[in-house]
Amino acid sequence: MRYLPKSPAERQEMLAAIGAKSIDELFKSIPEKFRLRDPLALPGPLSESEIIQYFKARADENARGYTSFLGAGVYSHLRSVVADAIIQRGEFLTSYTPYQAEFAQGTLTAIFEFQTLMCQLTGQEVANASMYDGSTALTEAVLMAERLTDRDYVLVARSVHPEYRQVLHTYAKNLGLKVEEIGFTPSGQIDRAALTPEKLSRAAAIVVQSPNFFGVLEDLPALAQAAHASGALLVDTITEAVSLGIVRPPAEADIVAMEGQALGIPPSYGGPYVGVIATREKFVRQMPGRLAGETKDAEGNRGFVLTLATREQHIRREKATSNICTNEALYALAATIHLCLIGKEGIREQALQNLAKARFAQTELEKIPGVRRTFSGRTFNEFTVEFPRSVKLINHELLKEKIVGPYSLGMYYPQLTKNAVVCVTETTSRAEIERFAAAVRKILEKPL
Amino acid sequence: MYPADYRYTKQHEWVKVDGEVGIVGITHYAQQELGDVVFVDMPKPGTKIKLGTSFGTVESVKAVSEIFSPVSGEILETNGLLSDAPEKINADPHVTAWLIKVKLDDPKEAASLMDAVAYQSYVEAAAKDH
Amino acid sequence: MSTLLNPKAAEPEAAAHHVGKVRSHPSQNEGLIFEHSLPGKRGMELPPLDVPAVDPVATLGAEFTRASVEGFPEVSEIEVIRHFTRLSTWNYAIDLGMYPLGSCTMKYNPRVNEFVARLEGLATEHPSQPAELSQGCLRILYDLQKCLLSITGMDAVTLQPAAGAQGELTGLLMIRAYLESMGNARRKVLIPDSAHGTNPASVVIAGYEVQNIKSNDRGQIDTDHLREFVTDDVAALMITNPSTIGIFEERIAEIAAILHERGALLYMDGANMNALAGVTRPGDFGVDVMHLNLHKTFSTPHGGGGPGAGPVMIKKILEPFLPTPVIVQKQDGSYALDSNRPQSVGRVRAFAGNFGVLLRALAYTLAYGPGIRQATEDAVLNANYIRKNLEKYFDLPYDLPSMHEVVFSDARQKAKGVNTMDIAKRLIDYGFHPYTTAFPLIVPGAMMIEPTESESREECDLFIDAMRSIAAEVDSNPEIVKTAPHSTRVGRLDETAAARKPVLRWKPA
Repeated sequence: MRYLPKSPAERQEMLAAIGAKSIDELFKSIPEKFRLRDPLALPGPLSESEIIQYFKARADENARGYTSFLGAGVYSHLRSVVADAIIQRGEFLTSYTPYQAEFAQGTLTAIFEFQTLMCQLTGQEVANASMYDGSTALTEAVLMAERLTDRDYVLVARSVHPEYRQVLHTYAKNLGLKVEEIGFTPSGQIDRAALTPEKLSRAAAIVVQSPNFFGVLEDLPALAQAAHASGALLVDTITEAVSLGIVRPPAEADIVAMEGQALGIPPSYGGPYVGVIATREKFVRQMPGRLAGETKDAEGNRGFVLTLATREQHIRREKATSNICTNEALYALAATIHLCLIGKEGIREQALQNLAKARFAQTELEKIPGVRRTFSGRTFNEFTVEFPRSVKLINHELLKEKIVGPYSLGMYYPQLTKNAVVCVTETTSRAEIERFAAAVRKILEKPL
Repeated sequence: MYPADYRYTKQHEWVKVDGEVGIVGITHYAQQELGDVVFVDMPKPGTKIKLGTSFGTVESVKAVSEIFSPVSGEILETNGLLSDAPEKINADPHVTAWLIKVKLDDPKEAASLMDAVAYQSYVEAAAKDH
Repeated sequence: MSTLLNPKAAEPEAAAHHVGKVRSHPSQNEGLIFEHSLPGKRGMELPPLDVPAVDPVATLGAEFTRASVEGFPEVSEIEVIRHFTRLSTWNYAIDLGMYPLGSCTMKYNPRVNEFVARLEGLATEHPSQPAELSQGCLRILYDLQKCLLSITGMDAVTLQPAAGAQGELTGLLMIRAYLESMGNARRKVLIPDSAHGTNPASVVIAGYEVQNIKSNDRGQIDTDHLREFVTDDVAALMITNPSTIGIFEERIAEIAAILHERGALLYMDGANMNALAGVTRPGDFGVDVMHLNLHKTFSTPHGGGGPGAGPVMIKKILEPFLPTPVIVQKQDGSYALDSNRPQSVGRVRAFAGNFGVLLRALAYTLAYGPGIRQATEDAVLNANYIRKNLEKYFDLPYDLPSMHEVVFSDARQKAKGVNTMDIAKRLIDYGFHPYTTAFPLIVPGAMMIEPTESESREECDLFIDAMRSIAAEVDSNPEIVKTAPHSTRVGRLDETAAARKPVLRWKPA
């Protein structure tokens, strides 16, 4: 077997050196009745070419040659092959968590750069080395707010990604954390009137997403002010990190929970992605996840180490800020490389392209009779549209045109059936946007 | 080494009783076991504490130690020096790096703790066990 | 800011940081990417905009518009390639040599796995696209599920958790849901003192109390006294098998029976599955819930700290509580995501899971097929070979058969003032990554060594030679061990200063 570097002769010699007659002797501590006699029923073994064949066959069973208008937390953006070339280097791909700092300065330096980039992007003072993804980062941010304020009640906007809210609920219900959902106004933003001073005085945090699930931007300074006036915190989650290329960063938020997938990480059917928590320096000891810090060796050379480890599970065990251990280091590296490549000018240009394309799509769609924008709030590259017919029907017809239509809101927002969130990024050509609008028009023109 | 007018606990905290106020810290032995102190976490003034319960933690790079209160009462003051200079606990654990000042429920409570001589023997025995 | 353009660079005190002694190799002086940044440089260009441009202030409103991302780097493509390539030379890696880290299972990461994960049609799929367009992805997940169930001997599985720790939490949530459905969620989970730190941390998040139980003098579960601890208040025992000292819990069936008698469940942390795959199945010896670490046993790359995946396998009684969505095969043979599960614990993360990691694990399993037993046998062979060749040099705290890892202690070397961390650092000078130091907690001065099956006999011999040489140095020249490593880019770093005054990001001068 090609992954096993032993010859049969060597196995025999090693057994002899140990003083064992057979390999079975080395397993004698397993009670006889539990030791398998027969090989497991598993497919394979496959050679390398057969493995590739299997997966190519699977790829062919997926969407090929479709244009997609889906966002909803996962975004199709340009990425450079350079990032892949670097993360495939064995020294990054096959290296371990950098607990032995002297032997892992490559990883630690890159983490430090990642933390810096996340701070620059979000306008926060400190960021960690990554969380699993945006949904768990948000949950951890909420738990962090709870610890910081000693309050066990949070106000969460319904315009936060439904799957993110589901994750929060799964964690919250066993921790005695009360989650109250707050609705939205015709602007698509959180209903500030429902955030009463009485509620806020009991709340650990207001939790919003910006741009939110409807694509609408929230008024973070106002929300922060309202929260702080009553001793609560503002937690902001961001699913579309490219928005930060042109949208004002959430500097007023106390904790930012971001999904970094948009930063050069492929959609890959749901993961792996990279979450991050960024916050104020004064909250750093309540942050979950790893942190790389700058220091020196005895000769004064700059180096980096994992630090403030006493927050974490391997030291604090049941009193840790989180149970997280393995995170998404390789994809934090991929995002770091991507951001270095695209750079200060590039991310702004990319964001502006997204803004322009989305505006163009919106204009084209609003020309269709019966189609109107649902919310009045400002948007980035996603916007919600109301159709005169069922979205399910429209999307079903669009598939025949090899178009994956917008995200139907009916499932999670019963009052918004016939509404869908359209996402347009810099990767969608003008021709495809026009083709999409034309297809929708045609579908709507057909008699019922 | 160990001030004669202090009292000591088995978990290596000391208390100096000054009328109705008790000053609490950790001992030289404790800081030695911990290594370089990097952070001290203490509750706010006004917090009530009881003898034997944990009221905070002292952290080194690789370990966290709970601090157990040698007395019962209400915290009057925490040592502001320690947030910027936690290393003072290593340098001078018995004087400069006191942790909290407590309004004692019962000033006589501390008398039941070990005196300096008893603590010295206790520490010597503990060191041998290593 | 490039020091070349900064006239003050000639005076070291004026530079933003002190690089230290000049090293002969240029890559050793590499700074941070921000230190190469200059306005006007770009590493990536975008195709031109094919729709009318918009004015951001008019479109977003001034209150939502950002001027720029202050401090973001501006560098060229070649500088990015050089920077990260240089950084990579400061890392150790499995591709270079052995990582004998105990319980980490640092085995070879097959390159075909990287190739297939990047295929157009797999890397490109949106998780919310219709199931009819995702049949390939769903089949990959379904096939992996079947393989994992075969290997573990369990009845059902969720692939959602993003890592072992999340798997532990998910398993505990299912245990809680099951017990609640039986009328009483109970309060406590028993955790041996040898457990990995994620175990107690996960217990707390699941809303349970941790009750630590002491291992016996064999480093195993104290089965004789277990019955006393398993009260009606106990929901589960979390066990790692083989234990974190690499020893199989022979009385596992008895342990399971004690728990089941009281209506409690047995959770197995599958971190050490590399000693069991193909040889025995946890489902057979009484485990009710377990997780696997795909970034350990199943070869998915560690990547400097992730991504991982921590699928959870369960017995049938827990099936109603699986997180949603559940991957099912319909009557017509097609695959779907089923969220209609009223008793589900809910979702533990957005979307279906770390698909890219799961895909790699399937590729690994397909490569071996039923021959996976050979990998397990080689792993155990390597560990025992190393043990045999080092047991005269280092103290063996538990004289019991080792499986895929062996735990020594620094007891003998301590007498010369040298501890496990020193020995580990000296190993770096011999070209090996350190073994696991200071874990498990029940072994003071632990030296936990797991070679995995990926090490040839040659590599094992080199490792043995290195360890023997260090043992000799402890006797003849302990200072060289105590001040190691000597051959790395930086010496031992001041972790105290890093923790006292944390500097967690770069700032412009």
